[in-house]
Order: sequence, then structure tokens, then C-alpha cells
Amino acid sequence: MKKFLTGLTAAIVLLPLPAFAQAKLNVITATEDLAAIAREVAGDRASIESLARGYQDPHYVEPKPSFILKLQKADVLVVVGRELEIGWLPPLIQQSRNARIQPGADGYLDASLNAEILEMPQGQITRAMGDVHPLGNPHYWLDPENGKRIAKEVADKFSQLRPNDRAFFEQRLADFNARIDAAEKRWLAAMAPYKGMKVVTYHRSFPNFAKRFSLDIMGYVEPRPGIPPTPQHTLDLINEMKRQGVKLILVEPYFDLKTPKKIAADVGGEVLVMPPSVGGVKEVTDFFKLFDYDINLLIEAIKRVGASK
Amino acid sequence: MRVTHFVCASVVAAVFLTGSSPASAQDAQALRQEIDQLRRDFETLKQQYGDRLTALEAKLATAEGAAPAPQPAAAAAAPPATAQVPPGAEGAGGPSGSLPVYGNVAAGSKVFNPDMAVIGDFLGAIGKNDLHPDPFGPGDRSRTLQMHESEASFQAVVDPYARGDFFISFGEEGVELEEGYVTFTSLPGGLLTKVGKMRAAFGKVNALHNHVLPWTDRPLVTNNLVGGEDGISDAGFSVARLIPNPWLFLEATGQVFRGDSGPDEQPLFRTTKRSEVSYVGHVRAYHDLTEDSNIDVGFSYARGHNTAGQLDNEDPGRFVTNLYGLDATVRWRPLQRSIYRSFVGRTEWIWSRRDQQNGLQASDGMYVSGDYQFARRWFAGARYDRSYRADDASLLDTGGSLLLTYWPSEFSQVRGQYRRINYALGESANELLFQFQFSIGAHGAHPF
Repeated sequence: MKKFLTGLTAAIVLLPLPAFAQAKLNVITATEDLAAIAREVAGDRASIESLARGYQDPHYVEPKPSFILKLQKADVLVVVGRELEIGWLPPLIQQSRNARIQPGADGYLDASLNAEILEMPQGQITRAMGDVHPLGNPHYWLDPENGKRIAKEVADKFSQLRPNDRAFFEQRLADFNARIDAAEKRWLAAMAPYKGMKVVTYHRSFPNFAKRFSLDIMGYVEPRPGIPPTPQHTLDLINEMKRQGVKLILVEPYFDLKTPKKIAADVGGEVLVMPPSVGGVKEVTDFFKLFDYDINLLIEAIKRVGASK
Repeated sequence: MRVTHFVCASVVAAVFLTGSSPASAQDAQALRQEIDQLRRDFETLKQQYGDRLTALEAKLATAEGAAPAPQPAAAAAAPPATAQVPPGAEGAGGPSGSLPVYGNVAAGSKVFNPDMAVIGDFLGAIGKNDLHPDPFGPGDRSRTLQMHESEASFQAVVDPYARGDFFISFGEEGVELEEGYVTFTSLPGGLLTKVGKMRAAFGKVNALHNHVLPWTDRPLVTNNLVGGEDGISDAGFSVARLIPNPWLFLEATGQVFRGDSGPDEQPLFRTTKRSEVSYVGHVRAYHDLTEDSNIDVGFSYARGHNTAGQLDNEDPGRFVTNLYGLDATVRWRPLQRSIYRSFVGRTEWIWSRRDQQNGLQASDGMYVSGDYQFARRWFAGARYDRSYRADDASLLDTGGSLLLTYWPSEFSQVRGQYRRINYALGESANELLFQFQFSIGAHGAHPF
């Protein structure tokens, strides 16, 4: 009996303490934007790391084995979804040996579920249209309203996995929403004078940004998504830009600047390297700074080249 | 629509028959009448189909007008399509009336269909090669142009514990299951387990499908020592585990196969008894040197019974081949310009210890190759080959290749390769090999 009691005491002492002292949530995100939003929600109660860097094309990430090690230990995997990561993430998840983060499991979160998704393809789609995303444009995070929606998804998921921290996550979510609302008012006010401003972008990375801040995306440097510029398309684009007086070309940090610069020189305009993601340039270290940076960059450029609607 | 096709085909066939057979005037008359009858039938059918199409279109238009956003629920609620039971079935004890058609267009279960894709691999060769008239295979038939392989893949999740992958290869010589296995993704102990037919984890090239090779062909050492294009590929089990350590990615793989690998012309392993299985072991170490570059090193071992002592499916000789391999890959890809610039350097060294009547043949071979991406869609590469032959360690083949690859898009590829091989007994071959490769469907990403 004594032995039994000693054993029991030992067992109780050695048992991992339930819930009260749960280890930090180990969160892996596909991109830095998702990591930034998850950090807003989780504070110090999770360790959060992104696989892709913000200055990297999120369509083409090398599925390095070192990522498998990160995924193996993850409690939660947050993905952008809409098949953005289809070229690299599935084999990594498969080899992670981690049942928690397999698609459909509790630890797998598709952040796009409640977000506003634009450019849903209508009717028959084929690859003759280039690298089209059949589930809509996956570059949806560049809209503060979608930021709030992603944050809500993340908070719900974290609360589900750490029920004792629910109040904490919800309070942080409310705080994030309040700060976004305040910032959004500021951003909208700053952009208001340039409503309907026409721009050209390299890839279709900015539809949600353009919709929120009333930019008119007149054309793309790529003739079709994922297809590099062709001489004929470039010529057509230059003519159209001249006709409509469009001066600004927004280019994601990971694309070659040669063609955009040539176009800009022809139309007397300017190329802006505009990060669509947190971490796209050094200064952009969180979700708020992403909009601060991009809007500031745009407004300064519009002032230089003159507004053309 | 099928009926129309059939009728058209019959008409065409009838016309051909009339033209080719010396039929008498009477026969011709009869045939003409028949054709006229068929034509009338065809016109009637066409009319019927036309009417039905118009009706359907009208119906669709009304439906769209009534509900601008058609809901999938509405489609599911539609009565299931049916098919008439063929005449006679009823009398023969078969079902009567109408049968539901499974897999109709609106069937919700279609979402569970696997991801399907087909990759076409067309190869051609110009130049002279007396020793190997088929530049890409072990056969001795000359093949200048070939639809070398059409690989169909079917991939999906089986259940919460496993996924299934099938790769079926339609080649010049017939159909083959290239790989077909189930992967248990979440076994305890971090074991990644595969069961089925698969390409073995021996080195790098052996595990690669044709369409992901950086060349149009496989290196000499693969052809001489590791069973050529088929390679070590067999039915069996595979278990892989990560070895935890604070420094690098380390993975150990153990595989047991039935013991049959390599093509019939040039078998690598052949089994005659249940106990004569073959084994493959592989250890892989990977490390990120910087954000842009990494190194990948592997050691492999394989063992199986060879055909040297086999006669009429008996193996009195019981000769064994042991293979040892060392592979190294360095990769460089600047993250911010990753779609424009990259370099991959790779090498494999393989030692073969083949027992046979005239004693142990200790042969070795290697290749070293580099591929540099100099534009978004352009790659240039080179490869050096050197290998002794498995069954005669005194014969050394050497070779070299220069390559240029162009990607019209992610889904297609055009490649040219100049290849020179100096064979052991003085023959040499100068060839220009070229490849067109194209993929349709939802082929998943390949392992790194």
C-alpha cells in the first residue's frame, strides 16, 4: 500500500500539468502576412514562424527539407489557401509526419475561408489563360477588412486549441480590430483625393488593395497570370497607357524590373517596387506598416508624376 | 451524341466498302438504298438532337432567369439521371425499368475524384549510335522518334490516415504501373510508411520520374549499374524516419522489396524464391548553408539476387549484387530572384559488387552535372559520365553532354542535348537528343 501511494504521488507529480501551464502554441504560417496577423492575435502565447519570406514570390517557394522539420513540430499550420501554395506546400505537409496539421485536421487553418475573394473565374477555365487560380485570386490579404477576417479565423482556431486562453485571444482580436479601424480611416482619408487613379501592376497581386482604396488597375505587365511579358503585349500596354495617361507601374519585389522600366521610360511614368507582403522590404515589419508603406509610396509617386484619372 | 457518331461511322464505312469491293450492279443498288436509309435515319436523329438541345437551352434560360445564382443544392435535388435497361436483360433475370446512372454530372461524390494529370514525353535522336540504336532504352531496335512515355497520375487522400498515389506509364512497349502506393502520413513514432510499388530510395536519379530529370536521358552509371530507366523499382514496403538532432535534417529510410528490378534485357535483381527479397537503405542529410543555398548528401545501399546463376527460374548459383551509392547536391537560388536565377550541381558515385561465375565484378561509376538557370524560362546544363559495366569490370564507358532547356510555361518544356559517348571497345556515339514534354491536369508538386 505504501509503495502504491508513493507510486501514485510520483505519477501525479510527474504528470504534465493540464491546461494551466500549456506549452506555447507552435504556429507555422505559409507567408509573413499570416505570421504578422497571428502575432497580433497571439501575443506572447505562441511562437510563430513563416516558411516563405515576404520578398519571395509566394507561388514559387522551394520545398526545402528544413521546412519539414519546422512542420513536424507545429501545432497549427496557417495557409493562404486558394491554391496559392499548391506548387510547394502539399509534399511538405505529407512528409511532416505530423497528423495535427494534415488538411482537414484541427491544426490546419485555411485563412481564406471568410475573406473576400475577388476574380473568381466565371465559366470554363483552361491553362490557355495562364496560371489562373480556379478558386479566385489568392492575393486577398492586402485589404485591412480581410486582415480582420483572417485575424478572426486565427483567434477562433487558437481558442479552439487553447480554450483556457480564449479570453486573452479575443481581447487581443478586439484590440487589433480597433486599431485596424482607426488606421483604415486614416488610410482611406489619405487615398481619398486619388480616387479612381489608374495604375498598371506586374502580376494580379493587388486586386483587393485596389478595390479598398479605389484604384483602377488598367492593365498588367504580364500578358496572362504567370506568363512573362511578351513584346507585343508590352507594346499594346504602352499604347494603352499613353492613350489613358497612366503613369504608374506597381511591381512586386520579386519581379524583374527591366520591362517595367522600359514601359515607364516610354510613357514618362514611374516604376514603384511595391511590396504586397509583410517583409517585402525591410521597413515593413508588421501588418500596419505594410499599408503605411504602400500608401505612402503611392501618394509620393502620384505627387511626382501628377494625378491621372 | 454517341448514336450520331455510330451512324456517321457506319455511313463512312459503308461508303468505303462500296468503293473498295467489286460489287455487282444489284449489290450497288441495294447498298445505295441502305445508305439512303441510313442518311434518313441520321437526319432524323440530328433533327431530334437539335430539338432537344433547343429545348434544353430554353429551359436553362428560364432557370437562369428565375434564379440568377444557381445553387449546388438545387443541382443535387434534381432527379437522378437514369438509363434504360438493355432489352433482354429483364427476361434473363436482370433488372427491369430504369437504372440510376452513377457519376452523373451533378453527382456530389465527384469531388472525391483524385487529382488527375497526364504528362507526355516525346523524345527524338539524330546521329549515330551502333551499340545502342534506341538512344533512351536498353532495346536494340532503332527508334529515332518516340512517344517515350505518357504518364498518367491519380493522387488523392485515402482517409484521415493515408493518401494514395498512382503513376501509370504508357510507353513504346506497353503499359506499366510505374508507381502505385499508399502513404501512411501519421503513424506514431514519426514513421513515414509506404506500401506498394515504388521507385526505391537509392541515390537521387533512381527515385526520379523521367519528366523531372534535368536531362533527356539517364546517366551512363544508371544504365550500366542500376538497372537503367526502370532502375530499382519494385513492390514492397518503405519506412522513413527523421533522426532528431539540433544541426541538420537527417532522414533514414529502409525498404524491403520482392526482389525484381531492372528491364528484362538487362535485369538488375531477379528473385526465384520468396526469401530472396531485396533491400534498400538510404540516409539523407540536408542543411541550409544560407537562405539562398543548401547542400544535400546521401548514402545508399541495395542488395538483391542477380541473374548470373539463374536458369529456368531456378537459382543454383545464388549470386548476389551489392550496390553502394554516394550522392551530393548543391543548390543555389536567390530568394528574391528565385524565378529568374538558380543553379543545381549534382553528383552520384556508385559501386557495384556483382557475384558471377567468373568471380566478383567490382565496378564503379559516377556522373557530375550542373544546371544553371539564366532567364525565367531558360536553363543551360552539362554532364560528365563515367562508368564500368556491372558484369565486366574491365570495360569502361565515358561520355559527356551539353544541354539547353526552354520552358514555354510551367506546364511544358523543350530540351536539346548533345551527347557523346565513348564505349569501352572503341565505338563512340555522337547524338543530338531532343525532347518535348507537356502536362495537362492537376499534377501535384514533386518532392524536393
